[in-house]
Amino acid sequence: MTHPDYPQTLAAQSVALAEGQFSSVELTQHYLERINRLDGQFNSFITVCPDFAIAQAAEADRRRAAGENGALLGIPYANKDIFCTKGIKTTCASRMLADWQAPYDATVVERLHAAGMVMLGKTNMDEFAMGSSNETSWFGPARNPWDTNRVPGGSSGGSAAAVAARLAPVATGTDTGGSIRQPAALCGVTGLKPTYGRVSRWGMIAFASSLDQGGPMGLTAEDVALMLNAMTGADRRDATSIERAPENFMADLGKPLTGLKVGVPTEFMDAGLSPAIRACVDVTASTLKQLGASIKEVSLPNAGVAVPAYYVVASAEASSNLSRYDGVRFGHRCENPVDLADLYSRSRGEGFGNEVKRRILVGTYVLSAGYYDAWYRKAQQLRRLIQQDYVAAFNDVDVLLGPTTPNTAFALGENIADPLTMYLSDIYTTGVNLAGLPGLSMPGGFVDGLPVGLQLIGNYFDERRVLQVAHQFQQHTDWHSRMPVAAE
Amino acid sequence: MSLSTADLLRVARLARLQIADHEADTYAAQLSGILAHFSLIGEVNTDAIVPLAHAIETVGQLREDVVSEAVDRDQLQAGAPLVENGYYLVPRVIE
Repeated sequence: MTHPDYPQTLAAQSVALAEGQFSSVELTQHYLERINRLDGQFNSFITVCPDFAIAQAAEADRRRAAGENGALLGIPYANKDIFCTKGIKTTCASRMLADWQAPYDATVVERLHAAGMVMLGKTNMDEFAMGSSNETSWFGPARNPWDTNRVPGGSSGGSAAAVAARLAPVATGTDTGGSIRQPAALCGVTGLKPTYGRVSRWGMIAFASSLDQGGPMGLTAEDVALMLNAMTGADRRDATSIERAPENFMADLGKPLTGLKVGVPTEFMDAGLSPAIRACVDVTASTLKQLGASIKEVSLPNAGVAVPAYYVVASAEASSNLSRYDGVRFGHRCENPVDLADLYSRSRGEGFGNEVKRRILVGTYVLSAGYYDAWYRKAQQLRRLIQQDYVAAFNDVDVLLGPTTPNTAFALGENIADPLTMYLSDIYTTGVNLAGLPGLSMPGGFVDGLPVGLQLIGNYFDERRVLQVAHQFQQHTDWHSRMPVAAE
Repeated sequence: MSLSTADLLRVARLARLQIADHEADTYAAQLSGILAHFSLIGEVNTDAIVPLAHAIETVGQLREDVVSEAVDRDQLQAGAPLVENGYYLVPRVIE
């Protein structure tokens, strides 16, 4: 039996699988066929693993036949190539790890596979998650399904492009300074960065350990909530993961927004924001108001220094984390080193791309003797001020609404030679990572045929509220269900 | 905020990161531009502000010190560029 019209969302697929409308193997074959046919134009996958996926799908079908019926059982997903997977190579989109096979699965991967999810492949990304355009990948840039001459955003650009192009119903991402939310915005999908500590970082290749957080990406808030249910939870292998009572992130989706207090940070609506995106924020605020919420302006006085504070902290942590790539224990090694110092510096010089080198250099500089206080310590002090701004805002409101990015997707090559301009595209996302808060991007309009992403920021551990607002918004709008022509 | 090519090469040496001579000027110019913008952070008064290293300030978690998983040396070294008899090989350090 053939099923030409598979439902696109995880939630609908989950119901259909439970009803026996099709099997996981059939659904998985459907996506593998789409990837095979369409991904040449998007380059959203670094590795596709059809045999592995079909075997997982067959196992999911067996589990279902034996009586299991979990929401994620048999659902295919695309996995960002930063999560370690045993048996399937994990590259982090770097020459350094171009042929590397992890000896174990990341905790996130273990949990998703235990829930019965089917891994279609590993998605493209900026090298070591450092970038906002997916152009720093050793495997070439991923492209935006809405316009393949434009970037999908980054660093989780392959995951966002794959979901937008319906090459996978959902995907994993990681977000250190906006790397889930910014590509979700530019590709017109929904992505959530959870509160720091919600999702184990074990087996998730480190960029900046105090900021890195994994999270789900999908077409809808409901799909993101379903996937988040399986991703979270304390893990003794990650000492920063947080022990909390298990939560059902679906629990509040259906609740009305009556009485909800929404704050719009004035600093996010200033001159740096494209007027067309500002208009989308205003329209969305009106929609939420019609749904029962009240809207008020709030202030995050230190928002203007979030980008520099973030880049100082993130680069410092990266320079330390990436010292492990030494050409000795794993990863790229140069030919014919003359001595140990040459082995280290040439293996690293050859294995890392330009953006990664820039971050290592910035990080090493701000941590070096004589510069630490003026740069690293100062940035950490600003981090506290930025956090205090958010804490103060949440004394007044339940959730913050603003843009995810200042502009829609830019052209490939437009910003790659100008790192600073690229960094400033993270202006609305980095503060959330410094503060450790949950943040979600959802589709909220189109400008000249390109999707606009709107950001919802919640208080600590208040993912349920953020997801509720996004879900209620998506019940009354259809931005999230629009599909790029190139994906048809 | 300006970083000379010599400064850049000093930092690269600290990071054990080879930067080709013909690229050093470009990196120095890019880093100078980035740091010039980042120097914005110096304008905010942070007197008496305690640095924040971690957004969720929790206490370290303790656990029983027991063996939880076996380490398979061959498997861990499968991705190593050069090993011999279980050892990682590097250029001679002591003549």
